[in-house]
Amino acid sequence: MAEIAAPGRTFTHRTTMVGQIREIAAHHELLLNLVRLELKAKYKASALGFAWSLLNPAMYLVVFYIAFDVILGGGIPRFPIYLLSGLLVWNFFTAALNSGTGSVVAGSGLVKKVWFPREILPLASVGAALVHFFLQLLVLIGALVLLRHPVGWAELPLLPLALADLILLAAGLALLFSVANVYLRDMAHFVELALLAWFWVTPIVYPFTQLNKALRGHSIIALANPVTPLVLTFQRALYGEFGKPPVMPPNLHFTWYLRNLALVTVAVFVLLAIALRVFGRLEGNLAEEL
Amino acid sequence: MAAAIEVDQLTKQFKLYKEKPSSLKERILRFRRVRWEPFTALDDIRMDIEAGTTVGLLGHNGSGKSTLLKCMAGILQPTSGCVRTVGRMAALLELGAGFHPELSGRENVYLNGSILGLKKVEVDRVFDDIVGFAELEQFIDTPVKHYSSGMYIRLGFAVAINVDPEILLVDEVLSVGDEAFQRKCIDKVRAFQAEGRTIVVVSHAADMVRQMCDKAAALEHGKLVANGDPNEVIREFRERLLKSAMPAEDMSPELARSEMSPMWGRVKITDARVVYADEDRDAVAPGESMQVVISLEAPDPVSDVVVAIAVYGSMGWLVFGTNTQVHGMDLGTIEGHRTVTFDFPDVPLLDGTYALTIGVHTLGGLVYDSWEQLRRFEVAAPGRDIGLVRMPVSIRLNEPGVDAGRSQ
Repeated sequence: MAEIAAPGRTFTHRTTMVGQIREIAAHHELLLNLVRLELKAKYKASALGFAWSLLNPAMYLVVFYIAFDVILGGGIPRFPIYLLSGLLVWNFFTAALNSGTGSVVAGSGLVKKVWFPREILPLASVGAALVHFFLQLLVLIGALVLLRHPVGWAELPLLPLALADLILLAAGLALLFSVANVYLRDMAHFVELALLAWFWVTPIVYPFTQLNKALRGHSIIALANPVTPLVLTFQRALYGEFGKPPVMPPNLHFTWYLRNLALVTVAVFVLLAIALRVFGRLEGNLAEEL
Repeated sequence: MAAAIEVDQLTKQFKLYKEKPSSLKERILRFRRVRWEPFTALDDIRMDIEAGTTVGLLGHNGSGKSTLLKCMAGILQPTSGCVRTVGRMAALLELGAGFHPELSGRENVYLNGSILGLKKVEVDRVFDDIVGFAELEQFIDTPVKHYSSGMYIRLGFAVAINVDPEILLVDEVLSVGDEAFQRKCIDKVRAFQAEGRTIVVVSHAADMVRQMCDKAAALEHGKLVANGDPNEVIREFRERLLKSAMPAEDMSPELARSEMSPMWGRVKITDARVVYADEDRDAVAPGESMQVVISLEAPDPVSDVVVAIAVYGSMGWLVFGTNTQVHGMDLGTIEGHRTVTFDFPDVPLLDGTYALTIGVHTLGGLVYDSWEQLRRFEVAAPGRDIGLVRMPVSIRLNEPGVDAGRSQ
């Protein structure tokens, strides 16, 4: 019999990272399909449908605007623009982690019946969150154009790198949490709680300078939070050097942001490697545990 | 021939938890105190499945046959050893393929297609065939959570066989669904066989395996106990089944005592033997004779005795039952050791393992003793007739122009 190039597969207790990545890449069609279906399933039974994906952040925007700008008088000019350029990042991050954490348990019907790289499930949650991210980005860009807002042109080229880091960071954590959630079902609550605390230590509703002041200039502590450099890059690039004195630290420029992003990139790859390893170790028993 | 599936020293252990903490809180509170015992579901299985063959995996419940199939499908990961497969594989495990309950049938078809590695255009091409085969034209846009279990299975099967798999793994699903659909599935499986695809079927129905498979393998307690020609494997499988059905020394009274009757034990069944016509064989052929000899023991004289026998098929159907009272027989007074012989001059059954239930009771139905399916007998049919009973039949070709059905 002629050996045809048929898709061969070996199931063992050993998984290699290269093998994992190769299988994920081979199933990109499935990944896209799951992203589409997740978006669809989410809004299927709701009257407003897809509009919810914008209404939710819009509500956040209004609430924070009223609380921080109108009531507390934060003094950040064009506060909604400032807020949204950071909130954009955060919304993606929480959406990816919240739905990613539950993704393997939610997909148990599939996991127990068919083989496919299980990594696809949390990755699909990240993918769905990414779609919402771009929608919100469009809204923000619309506002920037309308207001002829002076963006930080010099730092704009850093956005793709920041976004890539953001996606990989969310993917790594989603992989870890999703598989942990199978063994410890209250992982989802833990993640929710952790994200709440995480949000308030990230300079999104308040400026980085304020955080720095609270830390007595030890900005290194603030930057140990990997989301902070990403949020700062988005704020610097989209909100720009606005206000008098500027809201964003005026003495920090392109190279400072680039350096931070480079450090985050290294950290994110380490995280991703660990996450794939852990996931690979545990995924063999998923069908039994579910 | 090239192997489509190679199973190499496959061992699968499960953890049997005593108390399993399933939340973070519990885990922290009882840190390091998770107790579990290993349970070996599959023990060093080695088998190659050649491309183009249909293989039946036999075994009773808990033998590991479904676990083996799941390992082949990649759903369970081996504890050690490995499974290598060549070619696109579709699996039907238990109830239907993997579906997402919130999504419609249509979306699930595309989802399953992409899980099996098909592109959207490839699914487009077979979509109508799938829906047609599953007979779900009206419901294809309904979320599958509203489907009946029959619809679920039909769609699962339709997807699995229409995505052009080179290897098809099937776990007992052919035994569900209505008859017409079952027939359609079997036809399709036959077509697959003709096209030289590889099929692995898990079943505990030996007869189905005999009819459909080129090869068979039997599992017992996670070990591969027979592998090869279906007839030989089925014989081995049945012998083992028979042995395992034999009660341990004092297990039967222990079990039966639970159904205490006031008359219990006044007459005891001490033995029951199946005597085949041909002493050298351990099976009866249809049309041959068979005897069941029952030994009774009554410590004190008992005058009110009925001996009953019932034959059950492998699916638990009552095939036949009778007793001495029905046959107008008065056994008189029984004292000490006596035997009763049920003589079956012409066993009209076809292939299969049948279980015997034997009872002794009063004319009024109060039970002295009973053996529930503790004895079995085998029928091995040399012919190729199928089913449960051998109906006497003669077949002729009528003269042209004669329509026998309507001529009266």
